[in-house]
Amino acid sequence: MPPLFRTLVFLATLSAATLAHASTLADFDFSGNVSEAHFKEIISELRCLVCQNESLAASQAELAQDLREEVYTMMDAGKTDDEIVEFLVARYGDFVLYDPPLKPSTWLLWFGPFVLAALALFVMGFAVRKRTRGQDGDLTSAQREKVAALLGDETKNRES
Amino acid sequence: MKRPLMLIPAIVFAVMAVLLAVGLNLNPREVPSPLVGKPVPEFELARLKDPQATLGSADLSGRVSLLNVWATWCVSCRAEHKLLMALAKTGEVDIYGLNYKDERDAAMRWLQVYGDPYVANAFDGDGRVGIDWGVYGTPETFVIDSQGVIRHKVIGPLSAEIVKERILPLVRQLNSRS
Amino acid sequence: MTPELGQFALILALCLAVIQSTLPLIGTYTGERHWMSLGSTAAWGQFTFLSIGLCCLIYAFLDNDFSVAYVASNSNTLLPTMYKISAVWGAHEGSLLLWVFMQGAWGVAVAAFSGKLPETVRARVLSVMGMVGVGFLLFMLLTSNPFERLYPAPLEGRDLNPLLQDPGLAIHPPMLYMGYVGFSVAFSFALAALLGGKLDAAWARWSRPWTTVAWVCLTIGITLGSWWAYNELGWGGWWFWDPVENASFIPWLVGTALVHSLAVTEKRGAFKSWTVLLAITAFSMSLLGTFLVRSGVLTSVHAFATDPGRGIFILTFLCIVIGGSLIIYAWRAPTVTGGGRFDFVSRETLLLANNVLLVIVAALILLGTLFPLIYDAFELGKISVGFPWFNKMFISFMPLLILVMGIGPNTRWKRQDPAELARRLRLAFIVSVTLGVVFALPLLPGASPLAGLGIGLAAWLVTTLTTSVVDRLRHKRGLAAIWRDVTVQGRSYYGMVLAHLGMASAVVGVTLVSLHGVEKDVRMSPGESLEMAGYTFVLEGVEKHQGPNYRADRGKVRILRDDEEIALLMPEKRTYTVQTKPMTEAAIDIRPTRDLYVSLGEPVGGGDWSVRVYYKPFVRWIWFGGILMALGGLLAVSDRRYRLSVRSRRTIDATVTPAAQEASG
Repeated sequence: MPPLFRTLVFLATLSAATLAHASTLADFDFSGNVSEAHFKEIISELRCLVCQNESLAASQAELAQDLREEVYTMMDAGKTDDEIVEFLVARYGDFVLYDPPLKPSTWLLWFGPFVLAALALFVMGFAVRKRTRGQDGDLTSAQREKVAALLGDETKNRES
Repeated sequence: MKRPLMLIPAIVFAVMAVLLAVGLNLNPREVPSPLVGKPVPEFELARLKDPQATLGSADLSGRVSLLNVWATWCVSCRAEHKLLMALAKTGEVDIYGLNYKDERDAAMRWLQVYGDPYVANAFDGDGRVGIDWGVYGTPETFVIDSQGVIRHKVIGPLSAEIVKERILPLVRQLNSRS
Repeated sequence: MTPELGQFALILALCLAVIQSTLPLIGTYTGERHWMSLGSTAAWGQFTFLSIGLCCLIYAFLDNDFSVAYVASNSNTLLPTMYKISAVWGAHEGSLLLWVFMQGAWGVAVAAFSGKLPETVRARVLSVMGMVGVGFLLFMLLTSNPFERLYPAPLEGRDLNPLLQDPGLAIHPPMLYMGYVGFSVAFSFALAALLGGKLDAAWARWSRPWTTVAWVCLTIGITLGSWWAYNELGWGGWWFWDPVENASFIPWLVGTALVHSLAVTEKRGAFKSWTVLLAITAFSMSLLGTFLVRSGVLTSVHAFATDPGRGIFILTFLCIVIGGSLIIYAWRAPTVTGGGRFDFVSRETLLLANNVLLVIVAALILLGTLFPLIYDAFELGKISVGFPWFNKMFISFMPLLILVMGIGPNTRWKRQDPAELARRLRLAFIVSVTLGVVFALPLLPGASPLAGLGIGLAAWLVTTLTTSVVDRLRHKRGLAAIWRDVTVQGRSYYGMVLAHLGMASAVVGVTLVSLHGVEKDVRMSPGESLEMAGYTFVLEGVEKHQGPNYRADRGKVRILRDDEEIALLMPEKRTYTVQTKPMTEAAIDIRPTRDLYVSLGEPVGGGDWSVRVYYKPFVRWIWFGGILMALGGLLAVSDRRYRLSVRSRRTIDATVTPAAQEASG
């Protein structure tokens, strides 16, 4: 199937599921075992599969409501956060996690920025050191004057 | 080149461009199932046509089979239905159905009007079993081998091309192995 | 007829863009002055035809001409006039036309305000801008023609996406594009300088105001975008690290680095090749953002309708523009030498650190945005990188950046005595650490280590800026001298102060709203009330309301504090007639230090409604910060230096032209 068509068919499929019915968080009862804040925290870090890029907390899709109920039931039964996450990952894969897991295939993601920072610091230190030993300026005074004239700069000596 | 380091930005960009070109041919919305390669999830549901009888994981092993997740509210299920009918007629593979978050009456009517390609249907009214199967967009079709292990998953409607190039070869291969 | 006229105008604009991109450049090599001067003429012509094109599309919208496919899919006879105009850029094709139109506008601006530039430089700059214009015009005409006809014409249009029917969104895309496209000016100056082999302080001074204006536009655009998401998406979020948001934030970060790096290059002649690289990168990131948003390689809440055919076109275009310019960079930049000597402790070093940090943050956001794609391309499966990751990374690097931001303005160029610097910043340090500790220790209600960090950093910015201002003025004796000093500092200095204060304001806002925001989802019957964060919310009732192109359930929520009414909010749940999409229209009570945000959910049976209520402390400070930054940028651009050079150009012309030609020819 050509990719465009594939995408269109996909959208058609998914929209049907999205429009079917909408529901809210208001239906949950937080007077029991389940803390509202903790519940919201968990579902806001889980991604809705049907939607474009929305969390389970924000999504209006029916599947999202089903999964919210599932999470609620598990929390009510005293399952730990890890168990809940494991349950979802076993069924839908790492895709459901907004917070990607740390494993060899995500090392680039988690450590990349710090490696880059270390590298940048090193290069920067090197560049600065070179400059602290260099000659003062690459412009001769004649060139400076020309630049000043070019810019119509009457305040060239004012360095702030 | 006086200072080859100056080429680094160009190289970084080249790598990125290749990646983006590859990315153009991927579908970001299709999430592969972690269930592929694993035994089918445990379940036991009432059948659609005969609520007294059940359909469960045990029924899905012993022979190579397909499990098709469908619903009457799903527009593209209608689109793939003809293909399922044709596939059922060839008798190459048993097709089971998981009627997902549907109304029993509507589903029965659908099968009467458009034909029934399924050996049997499990009726999953609240979608609870669908969650165990990792269903997120109907229709979805699983290929299950004779050991009851999921071998492949098609997300979205089947097309003649998918049936011919992905499903049938896999079914034949699995059949010949067992 | 009008659509054909529009299309014809676009084709003519393309022809002129081709002329603009070739002849002046050839002229710089052959020394043909007439060819060089063609650049301005072509830029004006191109802009004229682009304006005609844009007007034709606007007319088609106002005229409800549904025989134009784009109008039919994005408008409706019932759509209010204001949104008919903003619908012009509501979807892919039209937004692209707006993009090219702005590209043309920047071209004309360069043609008009660069009289002081040597002819060769101007010719090269306009040529490069012309090339970018050719790319985008081709892209539009070949893959995304906004004037394509639909036959037979439908009687009614499919209406504008209800999400986009918001005043914030009417101005958000134009500002954003002004910024994206504005970076093409800095890019063109950089390429022109590379081509001419003349990278000097003059080049930096010429690019600086253009870059700052583009940066200001992008700042406003992003601020408006965040504000729109907050108002319109109905869940009170102001930033989600969605790919589309990142696509605008990355060029902003690189642009911010560029604005600072240009200052060093202009004042001290240092970091030239780095500045050029940043100028190329800033625009490249704008282009990359366009690709990500329009090609469908990533999923996003606000993505355009996507089409891989377009993706291939933009990717090719990216390769030519970015790849080409980076190769020119690798070829020409090594010849650039020098810059002034400076000590390890000096403003140069601090600005370099600022640059490096900004670029690292931009790079990590790019990594996070592209990582799902990388993961998939290596067949590792699908993965999501969402706000938890971005927040963690952002919090790892931002404090460092802010630390540097505080020291930089207090440091001298070339050489700074470290002991003297430490002495000068001692008070600021003590004040901000104290404030940070106070907010971190659990003495105050709601204090936490993160709150301490945020408040401490904001305090650091404010106190160090104060130190800098006071320092600059206190050496003088007498009021008159101080006053002269106030004026002599120049607006670019005060612009910096304002922009940095904007950062402090945004930090306070982000910290407090993230840590102390409260939200509640409840089921309410009419007459029922809810207590939250010291406020009482009473749902008086829900009534039907008919809008121009939608039906709505309009809730009436009275807010009381200590039994005194402070606001009556009317959140709506709208269903737009054509697209039948349910839309949540939140109602907000605004105070400087907090927002009360109410959105109406669904009817949940028995006359009950689900209602979402949010208490958002200091959320306005985020956008206020954005506005301050933009104002700071504008103030800096209005600095005397830039105006002077325009005023005195006539007297210098005579001396400059031969010198410049000798230098670059």
